[in-house]
Amino acid sequence: MAVVFTQLFNGISLGSILLLIALGLAITFGLMNVINMAHGEFIMAGAYTTYVVQQAFSHYVPAALFDYYYIAAIPLSFLIGALLGFILEKTLIRFLYHRPLDSLLATWGVSLILQQAARSIFGAPNVAVTAPSWLDGGLTIAGAVFPYKRLFIIALAAVCMIALYLYLDKTAAGRKMRAVTLNRSMASSLGVSTKKVDAAAFAIGSGLAGIAGCALTILGPIGSTIGMYYIVDAFMIVILGGIGSLVGTVFGALSIGMLGTVAEFWTGASMAKVIVFAAIIAFLQFKPAGLLSARTRSLE
Amino acid sequence: MDKKKLGYWLFFIALFLGPLYLTEFRLALLGKFLCFALVALGICLIWGYTGILSLGHGVYFGLGAYCTAMYLKLEAAGGGLPDFMEWSGVTGIPAFWRPFANPAFALGASLLVPALLAAVLGFLTFKNRIKGVYFSLISQAVVVVFVTLFVAKQDWTGGTNGLTNFTTFLGFSLASPLVQIALYLITVLILGASFALAAALTKSRAGRVLSAVRDGENRVRFLGFNPTSYKVFVYSLSAALAGLAGTLFVLQVGLISPAMMGIIPSIEMVLWVAVGGRHSLIGAILGAVIVNSAKSFFSESYPDIWSIFLGLLFIIVVMFLPNGLVGAIESWKKSRKKSRQKGGTADAADSVVS
Repeated sequence: MAVVFTQLFNGISLGSILLLIALGLAITFGLMNVINMAHGEFIMAGAYTTYVVQQAFSHYVPAALFDYYYIAAIPLSFLIGALLGFILEKTLIRFLYHRPLDSLLATWGVSLILQQAARSIFGAPNVAVTAPSWLDGGLTIAGAVFPYKRLFIIALAAVCMIALYLYLDKTAAGRKMRAVTLNRSMASSLGVSTKKVDAAAFAIGSGLAGIAGCALTILGPIGSTIGMYYIVDAFMIVILGGIGSLVGTVFGALSIGMLGTVAEFWTGASMAKVIVFAAIIAFLQFKPAGLLSARTRSLE
Repeated sequence: MDKKKLGYWLFFIALFLGPLYLTEFRLALLGKFLCFALVALGICLIWGYTGILSLGHGVYFGLGAYCTAMYLKLEAAGGGLPDFMEWSGVTGIPAFWRPFANPAFALGASLLVPALLAAVLGFLTFKNRIKGVYFSLISQAVVVVFVTLFVAKQDWTGGTNGLTNFTTFLGFSLASPLVQIALYLITVLILGASFALAAALTKSRAGRVLSAVRDGENRVRFLGFNPTSYKVFVYSLSAALAGLAGTLFVLQVGLISPAMMGIIPSIEMVLWVAVGGRHSLIGAILGAVIVNSAKSFFSESYPDIWSIFLGLLFIIVVMFLPNGLVGAIESWKKSRKKSRQKGGTADAADSVVS
């Protein structure tokens, strides 16, 4: 019984990590239809921001307060990610909105440059971030141990998801963003500044990547390719969930997390990758547009 | 047009005469680049002519190379167990390795395995009208799957080290310079023949349907064509070319490993085509040779700068040279011709129309 619970929990845990990464993509890819291959490097930027904050705390802040570095690192990671995303949108992506394949290639170039920049600044070997002591240990229920670190990431993913939902559904800026997604020219003729909305959406999506990077630091050491490791999975989740649907992304992340964990438990890590990919392709045979895609009658 | 044809002939003849004026080292390098050019040719067919951007050609290249490498490995083992299998404690040759002892089977498989995989993947996605960036991302996921699998199944594939330490091919020693020159010449001939085949395809009726699929897939569908079959066909053709390139590569370089079929090599392949000119077959070939020459020059002396240079190259090509070097030369020629005709006055109406 404990094994079942542990597996279930691991699945949700992996799903929540994937969700944190995919939420940002759900905005830039799902809502704005831009493939940002540098998204993974924004994750990396968030992770290194956490590392820098930790270093700063250990040097300049009394030791008693050290454990709170993580609280400071989360918003900072968001800001760094958002800033990078904003710069990328203003300098590159806005010229390529009508050429999605080209924006894929150009942002890949950006990702190579950012990776090399990280290697030059922080060195090629991975760096480790000490998780705050209040995340050590775990909750024991019925013989199964639930580590606080993983519970924290699940909570973080849930908070990000709810905040994003509230932003998109309840605030004027978020509604404008959705209006632009649904019908760009109509929104623009009703007075929505699509340029501002584009920049804001991109910054928020990239900021979420920063938070994801911050979350990854408590799971293991970080390096310049940490983003690339997750990015392919995250894109698959958004495709599986359905373009333009946040709920779909949530379901996509959780089901891939579950399937991946279960398959890994039965067959091992490498076969799990094959099984998950085959499942995605098989699923797309029935629902080519994804789990929950915006219903449309348009042909293209 | 004839001038162009003459240019192609001169280009391939110059390549063919390479052994006469290149050192052994440079020739080996160029031979490797020409294998890459063959991959680029296939990518140009699907990307430039049909509008399918595949980020997974490293897999097809790798599968082709592995099929041939399995034969080479078995020949090197001389009926015994390949060395890496002994190291990982395998006692007998796995059943699926056995047929690869036959060179004809191995070479055939190096073409057919990539083509079949591409056909299955293409059919399952194109049939459901999954296209554009969605297809690109799925093809990238294929890379992750195969690389993980090839690394993990160490006792079957040699793991991270891949397959290497070959001795002979059909009895000819691969270390001999004469055999290497012969392989180089074969590569040039195959590249030339593939180029001619691709050029004929793009000029044919089917080739025009392919460009039409790129420009308006639904219109093509309404006109009564089935875009799926055309796309599947050209995608598997392109995969077969990549597999063939893999064979030629492994014969000349003597090594294939999962690192050569990964995400980064796969996307670099697209860059070769983008730099040369995605709408031009000869551009793709030139792009592969130019980018790889630059790579071997830079990464020998400044490995750190190379990846930044590569990144910048992606951005510059996309932003300023969307049709690559060939496209830039062509538009420069056109504008020169135009300004000559109109006595040098730029016409405002003209730029609006074009």
